Amino acid sequence: MSLQEFLQFVFAGITSGSVYALTALGFTLIYNATGIINFAQGEFVMLGGLAAVSLHSGGAPLALAAIGAVAVVTVVGLLFELLAIRPLLNASILAQIIVTVGASLALRTAAMLVWGREAVALPAFTERAPLSVFGATVVAQTLWVLGVTALIVIALQVFYRRTMLGKAVRACAVNPMAARLLGIPYGRVVLLTFGASAAVAAAGGVLITPISFMSYSSGALIGLKGFAAAILGGLGSPAGAVAGGLTLGLLESLSVGLLPWSGTSGYKDAIAFLILLLVLFARPQGLLGQRSAQKV
Amino acid sequence: MPRFGQGEGAESAAADAAVKPSEGGRGSDRDRGDRCGRGGAWGWASGNLAFLLFSLVALTMPLYLTNSYYLSILAFFAIRLMPTIGLNLLLGQAGQISLGHAAFIGLGAYGSALLTTRWGLDPWPAMFLAALLSALVAVVIGVPALRLKGHYLAMATLGFGEIVLILLIQLKGLTGGTDGVVGIPPLELGGWSLTDPRLFHVVVWSAALIMLRMALNLPRTRTGRALIALHRTEIAASSLGIDVAFHKLQVFVVSAVFASIAGSFLAHYVMFISPEGFGVTLSVLLVAGAVIGGLAGVWGAVWGAGLMVLLPEVLARYNEDYTLLAFGLLVIVVMIFLPEGLAGAPAKLRALRRTPPYTVASRTQAEPVEERGSECRS
Repeated sequence: MSLQEFLQFVFAGITSGSVYALTALGFTLIYNATGIINFAQGEFVMLGGLAAVSLHSGGAPLALAAIGAVAVVTVVGLLFELLAIRPLLNASILAQIIVTVGASLALRTAAMLVWGREAVALPAFTERAPLSVFGATVVAQTLWVLGVTALIVIALQVFYRRTMLGKAVRACAVNPMAARLLGIPYGRVVLLTFGASAAVAAAGGVLITPISFMSYSSGALIGLKGFAAAILGGLGSPAGAVAGGLTLGLLESLSVGLLPWSGTSGYKDAIAFLILLLVLFARPQGLLGQRSAQKV
Repeated sequence: MPRFGQGEGAESAAADAAVKPSEGGRGSDRDRGDRCGRGGAWGWASGNLAFLLFSLVALTMPLYLTNSYYLSILAFFAIRLMPTIGLNLLLGQAGQISLGHAAFIGLGAYGSALLTTRWGLDPWPAMFLAALLSALVAVVIGVPALRLKGHYLAMATLGFGEIVLILLIQLKGLTGGTDGVVGIPPLELGGWSLTDPRLFHVVVWSAALIMLRMALNLPRTRTGRALIALHRTEIAASSLGIDVAFHKLQVFVVSAVFASIAGSFLAHYVMFISPEGFGVTLSVLLVAGAVIGGLAGVWGAVWGAGLMVLLPEVLARYNEDYTLLAFGLLVIVVMIFLPEGLAGAPAKLRALRRTPPYTVASRTQAEPVEERGSECRS
């Protein structure tokens, strides 16, 4: 494999890896505040992409369509928390899993009824000729994906480290009971978290839709890969989520290029799940995570 | 509500309330042990009577139901009932989730289809071998996966299901890819081909009823009691000498075999299979059905499977796609308002009539928030 081909696979990997990173961040936000894994996370990504396509084809300029789509999905995330999660915040883990799984089924089917089965795409954010890096081409959208992902990651870091509200959210992650005793409104923090998580996921969906097509059924796969990324980096760590997302994207892309048996890209998705299973079975605390002490 | 039988209803509601202090509370799986393990001569006899009546009605259906369309719906009912019973045991009694059981249905269906069409085996041995293969796969995936808890187990099984689906599509030389397998022979019994819907009905329902009987018997066995114990608290169960890992694996393998046999029946019944039917959507639908039917007892599986077969028939008039939407929303509503599912609805209604829906006690009886990380591994 030439350097040019190698770089091409690397750029493709970083691009899809960024979207996995954003999805993994969405998982991490909710998990840290509530201990819940939101199985509907991938559907938020899908809804973001499809909503942007609809708004754009409805006449809105691309920037407005992107912001509008994120806003719409944020509202969906808030409603999801209020209607489905809030009543079960203290229920068993099994009940919480089942509710978010049910929500993913409902959202996916609703999206199919609204948008149909066709895969759709957005135009690229900016029209310019692709760059050439050592012979490998980089389309402008890749730069958009990387830039906006970096921006979101930085914004989240600033929010969590520098603002009072962000610190309140982190306090809830450490110990909800103690946070409540200190007067932090736990319910509102959870609501905020679901809104933020949906917004991050939707942004990922909007960013990737110009590169890969989006359909009602795309969310399940993206969600599962986002979780694989979160697990790879160590569940609960935002930095790990980003690192895991990029690693997963690279592994996926390079394995398609390097491994002889995966000449057909049909196996590409299987690689992500194989990694998921391997990490879960061998090192469930993630590659970067610390093995936590067992509590009995 | 009709007024008759109120005295008896009140009594049993009171008895229920006494046995299950957290009825109406959110801790939906706290009292499950009492419900399942509540043996007693009366409970056993009434359970038996219900099973006998249900079997009688199910098996004699072809005598008075000659419409082959209705018979085919009932056949699909039985085929859906099998994996739902398995999931009911896995979720309800062992407290373990699987979002990959469609893969076992797929393994059964493809096992039967390929063994009969490619290697010329008879359908019954093919079904047996496919079930054996599914059991083997369940052991291989279950040993590492069942050490995981909660979300991790759900994701691992989801990933497993995706991998099986991808293999079914990509191994074109073996499985025919997205074209599927055609020309699967029908089942035969003593020289009779089971293409006759009435004959098939009796055979498929016999198999489903055997599974139902086995599942109903489970809480009275040593394994069943072990499952109830480990569902409540694995640590205490293992400290009492219960081999937690073994019993979890046992019920996982049994549920996989039930699903595989259902897949085999499906393949021999419709005589054509393609991979897309065995994806995550079916896995999720099965879990939703089991939950909506109710996990507190095995009969919930019958309610859930029935709903899974009937709801599409009702909604198909508008748009078949509404079925999945309805299931997604129903499962949320059931989890929030009816944690015991449809099977628990009559008792809930009785209790509603007698007592206010939520007492202060049941409102505040929420379980404490679980410690982070404790769900990671035992």
